[in-house]
Amino acid sequence: MKSKIFTLLQIFCVFLVLTAFSAPVFSQEKTSESVENAVEKKFEPSEVILEHIADSHSFHILGNTSVPLPVILYTDKGFEVFSAARFEHGKADYVGKYYTYRLINDKVNIVGANNTLLASATILKLNSSLIDFSITRNVISMWMSILFLVIIFIAVSSAYKKRQGQAPKGLQSFMEPIILFVRDDIARPNIGYKYRRFMPLLLTVFFFIWINNLIGLVPFFPGGSNLTGNIAVTFVLALITLILVNLNGNKHYWKHIFVPADVPVWIWPLWWVIELVGIISRPFALMIRLFANITAGHIIVLSLISLIFVFKSLYIAPVSVAFVVFMDVLELLVAALQAFIFTLLTALFIGTAIEEAHH
Amino acid sequence: MELVTPEIGLVFWTTVSFLVLFFLLAKFAWKPIMGAIDDRERFIEDSLRKAEAAKDEMARLTNENEVLLKQARVERDLILHEAKKVKDQIIGDAKEAAHTEGARMIELARVEINNQKAIAMADVKNQVASLSLEIAEKVLKQQFADQAKQDELVSQLLKEVKL
Repeated sequence: MKSKIFTLLQIFCVFLVLTAFSAPVFSQEKTSESVENAVEKKFEPSEVILEHIADSHSFHILGNTSVPLPVILYTDKGFEVFSAARFEHGKADYVGKYYTYRLINDKVNIVGANNTLLASATILKLNSSLIDFSITRNVISMWMSILFLVIIFIAVSSAYKKRQGQAPKGLQSFMEPIILFVRDDIARPNIGYKYRRFMPLLLTVFFFIWINNLIGLVPFFPGGSNLTGNIAVTFVLALITLILVNLNGNKHYWKHIFVPADVPVWIWPLWWVIELVGIISRPFALMIRLFANITAGHIIVLSLISLIFVFKSLYIAPVSVAFVVFMDVLELLVAALQAFIFTLLTALFIGTAIEEAHH
Repeated sequence: MELVTPEIGLVFWTTVSFLVLFFLLAKFAWKPIMGAIDDRERFIEDSLRKAEAAKDEMARLTNENEVLLKQARVERDLILHEAKKVKDQIIGDAKEAAHTEGARMIELARVEINNQKAIAMADVKNQVASLSLEIAEKVLKQQFADQAKQDELVSQLLKEVKL
């Protein structure tokens, strides 16, 4: 343990020293190449990081190659479908059937043709009624993860059929302990003897979050997205938990909310408000927890990488890489941990909703 | 703010995709997998119980065997003991019988011998008597051939007779 702390301290010292030395180097370069720098766009780490963790209308593969994805828009006049290639990476407007569209910060906006035809208030109104159903990078990434999960688990399930009465083998023996972990350490202790009914959902949620957390850690093609760090995705997952918990709430659960025992009747309205907040806030916390954990991890990794570009020094690269490796290892843990926590809390909420009256 | 505002498009696609994934996995993966795991667990539990029962049965049989063996051993000892006793008795009986028979035969022989001896003695006596008679006849015949002698004897005898 001591040696580990010492190694970390060493790395940190090297990091500090390099920071101290590279700053003057950077300023010197700036003065000597001031002409070039003036032309070059200044590197904005926060802009780059936000761009990386946000959704996109193109899927970056390698270097300058990226695949444009289909754009599907729902406007007040109807649907519009076209390829994101029409935007030419945000350099061009696309004139559609109903309106002219422009990509601003990787978001589709309605603009007036030549910026003059429509009043800005009208544009604002049109933009607010514009719904973007595009197949974005996150959607593609999610579909790949779904394909991956379906292939894996259908293979595992066919292995069970083929090797009936035999010990598990290969992928099956890798997955079985995880499935049993979800059953014996998440579902059974929190839900009780009725756990069997909720196993499919808990397993799906667990593996969906886990695999997408892992895909998010891969920096190049199959990965590169930030699906579980997207609030829309965590919102849907939390919403499913909310609906499931309240659909399965038994008499005891609802009685506790609406007709609480040992509470004076005149407090009941206040009690209802508090309970309603409780019902909403638990899945809300689930949504925020997953989103914040994964996004924070991505931001840290991207910030560390950005250091190289901020200092414009190659000497910082080893330090950045060392820290990024450290963070990635940590994120591997977080990926599994967040999947576990989300599933655990879902099971816990279901457990409280179907709990039998015990007093 | 943009970061924490869920986009309706992605919400829609996530909902649709997740539900599709859920139904696919629930139908084609979780149901057979959980079923197989449950079956296997039940099978293992059954097997363990059966093994335990078999072990008990085995112990019971071993115990029984041991008791049987012990009994058999005791019985064998008893039989051997009895056989020895019988043998000894038979030998004893035989010896005694032989002894009595021998004694009886010896006695018979002695009686026979005595009888034979008595018969032989009687015979000898008869012979001796007849021989003595013959001798005496012959002697008397010789001695009493002459009258004088006869008178002498008679006178002698008369002398001896004391009245």
